[in-house]
Amino acid sequence: MEFLGDVLAWFLDPENWKGPAGIPSRMWEHIQISVVATVAAAAVALPPALWLGHRRRGGFVAVAAVNIGRAVPSFAIMALFLPISIRLGLGLGFWPTLLALFALALPPIFTNTYTGVRDVDPALVEAGHGMGMTDGEVLRRIEAPMASPVILAALRVSAVQVVATAPLAALVAWGGLGRYIVDGFAVQDNVRVLAGGVLVALLSVTTEIVLGAVEKRVVPKGLTTTEEVIPGAHA
Amino acid sequence: MIRLTEVTKTFPGTSKPAVDKLSLSIAEGEIVVLVGPSGCGKTTTLKMINRLIEPTSGSIMLAGQDILSMPAYELRRGIGYVIQQIGLFPHKTIAANIATVPNLLGWSKDRTDARVAELARLVELSPEFLNRYPGELSGGQRQRVGVARALAADPPVLLMDEPFGAVDPIVRANLQDELLELQSRLKKTIVLVTHDIDEAIKLGDRVAILSEGGHLEQYDSPDQILRNPANGFVADFLGSDRGIKRLSLITISEIKLDPGPVVPRSATRQEAAAVMARYDIGWAAIGDGTEVEGWFRAADLEGRDTLEHVVAREFQIRLSPTDSLREALDAAITSHSGMAAIFDGDRYLGIATVDDISREIVQ
Repeated sequence: MEFLGDVLAWFLDPENWKGPAGIPSRMWEHIQISVVATVAAAAVALPPALWLGHRRRGGFVAVAAVNIGRAVPSFAIMALFLPISIRLGLGLGFWPTLLALFALALPPIFTNTYTGVRDVDPALVEAGHGMGMTDGEVLRRIEAPMASPVILAALRVSAVQVVATAPLAALVAWGGLGRYIVDGFAVQDNVRVLAGGVLVALLSVTTEIVLGAVEKRVVPKGLTTTEEVIPGAHA
Repeated sequence: MIRLTEVTKTFPGTSKPAVDKLSLSIAEGEIVVLVGPSGCGKTTTLKMINRLIEPTSGSIMLAGQDILSMPAYELRRGIGYVIQQIGLFPHKTIAANIATVPNLLGWSKDRTDARVAELARLVELSPEFLNRYPGELSGGQRQRVGVARALAADPPVLLMDEPFGAVDPIVRANLQDELLELQSRLKKTIVLVTHDIDEAIKLGDRVAILSEGGHLEQYDSPDQILRNPANGFVADFLGSDRGIKRLSLITISEIKLDPGPVVPRSATRQEAAAVMARYDIGWAAIGDGTEVEGWFRAADLEGRDTLEHVVAREFQIRLSPTDSLREALDAAITSHSGMAAIFDGDRYLGIATVDDISREIVQ
């Protein structure tokens, strides 16, 4: 109990809310790198995944993406890229961490988007083509909105993973909430370690809740309020 | 309106063509039904008209223009398309679904809204449904929306791929009637694919019967096909009851009706018995000319000398002159009397007997 009291005291200490090492600025660093990594992953993954899903081709890419995503640990990517980053004059922590987080976020976004688009009911796609939609129009007006629940879920999962993994940045001398954990370990300040952990957990849960709410608003109404359309299921 | 010349489609990886040198000409304003067993290439043929499937060789002309002379999407915007699965977009409202082609064509919002409202009336869809989503509609309603969507930009040609295949028989019969009603007003050129010969006979102005490999076995009016099947394949496909099928094409008004066993209220028991004996039945109708009150059984006369106090029973099945002989046959057989009473509103016209009807089958 004394320990938890110390953690509470840490949070209440105004010194911990000030300056470049304070909670607001560490939080801001953490959010920055997470947002940049997730947005970059989405920007890179979405166009090819949408197009390959539309063509119903390249399933092997999706499978490979998942496997690589599972096989390559974020920490290893950071370790590998750290010397390269230093040699290129990109500095220590930011770029290796960003790359690791990017590599973490990319596979689920790619795979879900690909399968989400590919699995759209072929009857809808045929109806779209049959009424004179171009490939782009079929993708924009039918496939993407139909796959949007799956795509948005992937973005949410990726973002939460990124937020939860970003503390690794502190290991390669960058900021973010990981600083409290890494520095706490270094000086055997368990209060600071736990405080950092609580902050990371809070940010992850908040990300989950906020993006979940966004999902609810963005997913087309016909896909959420009614049951799946089964042709001829009832007359 | 549509002319296929020596159209062949061989799918990659197969040696035998799905459709082999098919030539077919479809006139403006008629319903042509492509019918045949599975594997006969009927759907392939339909999809070649809007280029969802590209022909391997041969030419297809639409309104005097080679369909390959324009981009596929442009061609398709000018052709209505209805598929079995209906394919309504679940993420769009009914109104937005109907407005699909107008939106692709870039119509103004006012024009599109007006057209959507007009189409809802046309297919008898209550306006309250327009803001709902497809998941909230019944199968029959969805099919109506599918037709409205295909008609949205008022295309001269409508392609329908097993449009009523996914609904139950009662809804299907209603939708078929609605399509015929709609067509009598719109006069579109309709090509419809089905595997159901009864549907083909009911809907088609002309029916094209295809066999495996897209061979055209016979292309004629349903009546001609049923009267004179071109070959054994067609006769087999029509089934052994093709004579009875043909009855659905003939209305009761086309045959001469028997006046039937009608006796006036003033008749005596003996007179009534004589009429029943003449028809060899145990009942007669009470009335005079086109005024008929009802009918009675021979047993109702027991202990009476005249018809004066006989209670007239109501006819349970009353057919009208616009009903088909097939319905008359059903009624005659199920009534146990071998006859169906025909009324035009309240006016009694006579009866159709099984004998009268079967004469039409033989012809």
